[in-house]
Amino acid sequence: MTGICKTLLLIGGTSDIGRATALIYAEAGWNLLLTGRKLSAVQREADDISARTGANVLVHELDILATSHFEDFVGVVSPLPDTVVCVVGELGEQSRAERQLEHAAMIMRTNFEGPALLLGLLAERFAARGSGSIVGISSVAGDRGRASNYVYGAAKAGLTAYLSGLRSRLSGSGVRVLTVKPGFVRTRMTHGMKLPPLLTAEPREVAQKIFTVAEGGRGGDVVYVRRIWRPLMTAIRLIPEPIFKRLRL
Amino acid sequence: MEGWGRYPHHESEAIDCRLPEALAGTVAACVGLIGRGNGRSYGDAAIGEYSTLMCRGLSRIRSFDPTNATLTVEGGVMLSDILRSFVPRGYFPPVVPGTKFVTVGGMIASDVHGKNHHRDGGFGDHVSELKLVVAGGEILTCSRTRNPELFFATVGGMGMTGIIAEATFRLRPIESGWIAQKTIVTKNLGEALKALQQTEDATYSVAWIDCLLQGASLGRSLIFAGEHASLDEVGGMPEADRFAAKNEGRFSLPFDLPQWVLNKTSVAAFNELYFRAGARKAAKTSLVHWDKYFFPLDGILEWNRLYGRRGFLQHQCVVPAEDALAVLSGILERFARSGKGSFLAVLKKLGRGSGLLSFPAPGYTLALDLPVTQEVFRLLDEIDEQVVKAGGRLYLAKDARQSRHTFEAGYPRLAAFKELRKITGADRHFNSRLAKRLGI
Repeated sequence: MTGICKTLLLIGGTSDIGRATALIYAEAGWNLLLTGRKLSAVQREADDISARTGANVLVHELDILATSHFEDFVGVVSPLPDTVVCVVGELGEQSRAERQLEHAAMIMRTNFEGPALLLGLLAERFAARGSGSIVGISSVAGDRGRASNYVYGAAKAGLTAYLSGLRSRLSGSGVRVLTVKPGFVRTRMTHGMKLPPLLTAEPREVAQKIFTVAEGGRGGDVVYVRRIWRPLMTAIRLIPEPIFKRLRL
Repeated sequence: MEGWGRYPHHESEAIDCRLPEALAGTVAACVGLIGRGNGRSYGDAAIGEYSTLMCRGLSRIRSFDPTNATLTVEGGVMLSDILRSFVPRGYFPPVVPGTKFVTVGGMIASDVHGKNHHRDGGFGDHVSELKLVVAGGEILTCSRTRNPELFFATVGGMGMTGIIAEATFRLRPIESGWIAQKTIVTKNLGEALKALQQTEDATYSVAWIDCLLQGASLGRSLIFAGEHASLDEVGGMPEADRFAAKNEGRFSLPFDLPQWVLNKTSVAAFNELYFRAGARKAAKTSLVHWDKYFFPLDGILEWNRLYGRRGFLQHQCVVPAEDALAVLSGILERFARSGKGSFLAVLKKLGRGSGLLSFPAPGYTLALDLPVTQEVFRLLDEIDEQVVKAGGRLYLAKDARQSRHTFEAGYPRLAAFKELRKITGADRHFNSRLAKRLGI
């Protein structure tokens, strides 16, 4: 452990990927600030990480849907973190989203509106300081709308586009913006699904990738955790729409 | 659902529990329930009669106090996680069994013993407090002074008193992650028992027996005595290497081996090689990585597939010191004659157990594993009789087949345990296949 004393702000500290990411940063000697919807649940993760690694871990209650609280939250985050990683996501149920506006809206807001607004606010402060890394977890599902999960996919596509624009605007400002697309990951979200082993990562693998790219400076701006996803998604994007719609993927 | 030995196999509904807050409600809603950690008990101990509570998600460390090295963890925390986090910081668990892929809840429920049982007792001896979810969902704090009856029934109680939600115990400070190992070569069982007696002052000691030999070489052994290497002993090492990590699980057996692969010739060849390699190191002290010293089999993930799809049985008994030579010779001879190969034959000295159903008792324990075949069942029944006649017993965490009779004869405090189950309502609530089979 080195004494670098940098701070990571992790949005979504009780998810499997969030927990793994926080651990990797803590093991590298970072201070942590974890947020989550339920304070007791985030505190449990914070205690665990701090006992395992000896790192300083603070917690903050923050609901990604409560956008009206974001300005206050960003105002009190002090010192400003060096890196922010947002792992918030909600797969939802496609078929339910087709019938219930409320459910569809929840999926869109959790995967796009909340993360985009929050990361946008932090980006302003990072830009004013002239340094920092912003990591948004998007999804391969955002690369092309599919019949089986297009509400989730569309929200993730929105986030991908938002991060891409933000990156473009901040290029040269000293602030890095990364888009991470994990592909399938063995987590609570995918519990019980049949996942292809070659395409499926463990949460720790995702976390390690985030850390290497964000802090090691290696890899591009848009990162697929398993490399095989890039050619695969390129191929899927190239399928002409008249054929794609009949594939019912 | 099945245990690590892949025998027996039973239907049981798996109930996932990831949040401690949800434990009480889940427990209250079920009957015929048993908690399950990482499924490393060999037989039917972690298969619920109707439902099985999967506790792996309760895997958070609650706190660590460096002033007295006290650790509080949820029951589903894996030993491997504790080692990963705390060995590099200079701490070692007080007691570890032969695999690191077990949960703390499971270690308490089985009151696991390590290579230091003769000196330091079982894992339960080091637990200062635990939180137990009892029948009806109430959460009770148990220690030697609070609910002591429940505490001593839970240590070694195979999950039959409730679900272990949290536990507190102390780690031991170490100066390095290496074990200073001395190897002693013995020609037969008599010498091996003597050598274990003589190495009693060592923190760790264990004997590996070549169990296919008969006659004058019956019980030919290598005895490994070990100490945590001090700073002086690893003096020449760069600091990073003092607590060097090892990669967990180097290979994984990708498929079941056909049963003919493990035969008398292949096992004899393996044993001979192993014995010679060990004997070369005799008389001098060598430094061994903790992972290799304590968990040699963990290097091959899923090694239970060695025995093929039919699975295997592990037989571990303890017999009082007075009769140990006669009884253990008898057992080894029976095995050698039957030609049922076993890679693993481990002998060690045990001290007193603390829980009502704790396995350890002063004397010697012998562990063997055997492929599941019809003859093996008959052979083991015969051996069990010898064991209980000598005042010994079998280890419940490894048992898949013993009879009620040998169980009742081996555990004299069973009546008190059953009584406590009745009083707390656990007998109607917590029942594993093992509990049903043995009538607990």
